[in-house]
Amino acid sequence: MNVSIIGAGPSGIEAANVLAKQGVAVTLFEKSSSALKNIADKAFLFPNFAAAADIVEIMNKKLLSQNITLKTDTDIVGLVREDNGGWKTVDSKGQSHYSDAVLLATGYTPFDAHRKEELGYGIYGGVVTSLEMEKMIRYDQVVNSLGERPKRVAFLQCVGSRDEKSGNHYCSKICCVTAVKQAIELKKRMPDTEVYVFYMDLRMWGQHFEELYRQSQQEYGVRYVRGRISEAAGTFDGRVQIKAEDTLMGLPLKMTTDLLVLMVGMEASEGTRCLAKATGICGDYGFAQTKDPHIDDCLTAQEGLFACGTCKRPMSINDAVNDGRAAALAILDMAK
Amino acid sequence: MSWPFLVFVILYWMAALGLMVWAVFKPLFSVFVLPFVLGVVLLLFFSIVKYWRWIHSFDKLQRAIIRKNIWSWRFLPAVWEAFREGLLHWRITKKNILLGYMHRSLAFGWFLLIVVGAVQAMQAFPNGHPMWVAIFFNYFEPEVDLSAFKHATLFANLMDGLLIYVLSGLMLAMLKKVWSRPLGMKRTTKHTVMDRVAKLALWCIFPLRLLSEGVTSSLYGNGGFMIRPLGDLINEIGLADPAFEYTCWLLYSVALGTFFSLMPFSRYMHIFTEVFLIYFRQLGVRDSDTKSGYTMFELSACSRCGICIDGCPMNRELGIVNMQGVYMLQSIRNLEQQKNAEPIAENCLMCDRCVADCPVGIDLSVVRRQVRIKNKAAIDSKGGYGYLRDVQPFNAIGRVAYFGGCMSHLTPGITKSMETIFDAAGQKYWYIDRDETICCGRPLLQQGFEHQAFELRRKNTEMIVNSKATLLVTSCPICYQSFKKEYKLPIPVMHHTEYIDMLIRSGRLNLRKDDRKVTYHDPCELGRGCGIYDQPRDVLRATTTLLPTREEREHSLCCGFNLGNPLLDTEQQTAIRNAARDNLLQPNPDVVATACPMCKKAFQHADETPVKDIAEIVAENIVLKSK
Repeated sequence: MNVSIIGAGPSGIEAANVLAKQGVAVTLFEKSSSALKNIADKAFLFPNFAAAADIVEIMNKKLLSQNITLKTDTDIVGLVREDNGGWKTVDSKGQSHYSDAVLLATGYTPFDAHRKEELGYGIYGGVVTSLEMEKMIRYDQVVNSLGERPKRVAFLQCVGSRDEKSGNHYCSKICCVTAVKQAIELKKRMPDTEVYVFYMDLRMWGQHFEELYRQSQQEYGVRYVRGRISEAAGTFDGRVQIKAEDTLMGLPLKMTTDLLVLMVGMEASEGTRCLAKATGICGDYGFAQTKDPHIDDCLTAQEGLFACGTCKRPMSINDAVNDGRAAALAILDMAK
Repeated sequence: MSWPFLVFVILYWMAALGLMVWAVFKPLFSVFVLPFVLGVVLLLFFSIVKYWRWIHSFDKLQRAIIRKNIWSWRFLPAVWEAFREGLLHWRITKKNILLGYMHRSLAFGWFLLIVVGAVQAMQAFPNGHPMWVAIFFNYFEPEVDLSAFKHATLFANLMDGLLIYVLSGLMLAMLKKVWSRPLGMKRTTKHTVMDRVAKLALWCIFPLRLLSEGVTSSLYGNGGFMIRPLGDLINEIGLADPAFEYTCWLLYSVALGTFFSLMPFSRYMHIFTEVFLIYFRQLGVRDSDTKSGYTMFELSACSRCGICIDGCPMNRELGIVNMQGVYMLQSIRNLEQQKNAEPIAENCLMCDRCVADCPVGIDLSVVRRQVRIKNKAAIDSKGGYGYLRDVQPFNAIGRVAYFGGCMSHLTPGITKSMETIFDAAGQKYWYIDRDETICCGRPLLQQGFEHQAFELRRKNTEMIVNSKATLLVTSCPICYQSFKKEYKLPIPVMHHTEYIDMLIRSGRLNLRKDDRKVTYHDPCELGRGCGIYDQPRDVLRATTTLLPTREEREHSLCCGFNLGNPLLDTEQQTAIRNAARDNLLQPNPDVVATACPMCKKAFQHADETPVKDIAEIVAENIVLKSK
């Protein structure tokens, strides 16, 4: 039996690893030039501050099996079910590949913060996304638009998530705890810097998340303000002035900050949208729809087509890895 | 007043009138003219009473304007417009030729029938005659000898031709009732019972006139080129009977009388009211924020034609057909429906499309806003404006005051580009609302919050006047319309497209022309609201290639996300937005340009084509001259 996995992220690699160990020939397609592109620039992962580099190293080792063929720079644009029940994948160069089953692990794409023009991303130097902040932490270059160490940093939750105006009603799930984690990272490096987090709700759903949130307040003095930022404007000294409402105090609020960090949500990636649509399993917001959220969560309406990871819905890295494993078992089940 | 009593009064007056008339005009009288005469009397009585009351309830400003202009040259354009619109129906013709023909033949045709008929009667009875003789001319002058008076043949033929003209319009009206598409209307108005009865009477008038004249001709051989053959035909069928003749003329008179007496209480009152409305409008009277006598003229001038329904984006994209101008005015007219007026008035984008389409030129948005203001009058928000005290004016002598507007703060790309443009033009400016944003007040006013808007206007006026700035530039068409129409500022106000256009023309701003193809979206508030159509286009032509779109200028489609309608949900707004977007993308542009932060936000990311404000496009193409 041979299986095609589209997307070499955490869940795709984990599924490939499990299948390869069971002697299945796996072809792993990756659009970009290397695997694990989305984690590559991450610094530390919640909830235990594991170094992302270590995870990348471990995951990359899993790819070394002789049953796995990794094809990077291969963008799968077509996915067709053959008459014999097998699947044909077609890449952008027109090359076809045939397999018995296909696992969709095409993942997410971060919300494009330009779409919230009122927050000034791409217009004012001091406005960055959570991904850029993670990169700053990773390479230890947390600076404001003038290249100086920031005296104040504000995080804004739910940028492109739970937002009717962006067309995304859903929660992206990982941003809340990511902001808590990044806030702690900033405080560890720069204890004198004031850190604010603007939120609608803080959803500390995972193990240790709530503790992390409490720790951030008690040990690190991160301040949380319930209220969304309505608009940001540049000041003449290169900082960012934000207007918000503190809904617990019931007062409008104005604040000047060196950095405004937009916690961008997760949207279905281009590959996810395109392939889910082509195979008729497109669900809400362009994510892939599974057969059943409880029992057959890795199966789809198409026989021999499986889905795992963030191509289904926003998910943390550890959940995505587990989901890849579950998908591998579902594929092995089918083979019996 | 009870019905039997009313009937008694009517009969009493009819009898009295009949006796009087009979005594005076014995030879030129017949009882069948009484319904007509009574109709005319009722029409005159109620019209005069109504108009008298309305004119007396004009507000102070409106009265002052009338007093000032009543004897001015403005009388002339009023007469011309009344003739053009009241009789020729020019605006309707521009919408659809057949629809225009229908209205023109009924209005102008009937008008000529009356005028020519009166001249004809004058010729035939040089010693004077009662007024109904002109209306029932063939009955009272059944002369076979067509040389009885000067040009008798000509008049007979002329009257026949005019009757054909009117009847042709009537046939179109009947066609419109069953199939309105050829007359350019997808939807027609649902009328009230009173309107339908009046319409039935109106439709009966001309066929009955034709029949009556035909029967008279069958007996006496009078009439023109059409009536005489008709008379011959009736003779052949064997219906040439004086009793039948009398019945026909009686029915004709009843139809006329019914129509005239119903006129003051039906939509047909618009026929006369429009003339008054045109006159007042030409004198310079405008509707205000509270219902006045002028509003009553507007309400009555609405012909319920329903042209406002077709263009309305709420109808086109959402299939909502109960809140358009015609129904909104109806709900105000019918006092018992006052309760329904609220949702009808609130559920509107205030995009002014109907105002542009209305053949009578009723300012529907202002009337709608009156209802909203009435609905919100009880809401008190005193004390909510304390923050205004903290905002201080700035000494801006010799500077341009720049008001970004709340919405531009949500599209910082626009305000930043404007700052770039001011700098490039070497213009010192004061950015009024850079830090402390005070709303211009128009969004509140449009929702009916009159006093609240007033508070904001007062503060902004104080700021701008005290700053001594020489020019006010704003990036938001909503603010622009507010500053232009609702404020009374001592300095000129410009939208940034006007200002940039001026900079380019005076050579203070040098732009390169790029190779992008652009379509332009006319924002409602800037285009239909303030008539700014050309300056944005000139600016775009100076720096890009401007492509035309199917529906632009007055016919521009609302972006759906304006502040006019608080009742629509995002999905409905999106449907309206998509229609406007498709119109803009149809010529396949590289960039969609607009001049309103609200429209920009609406179209942004609705498609992969970038959406930019004109200020942004200009800022990208500035060429700085080396000194």
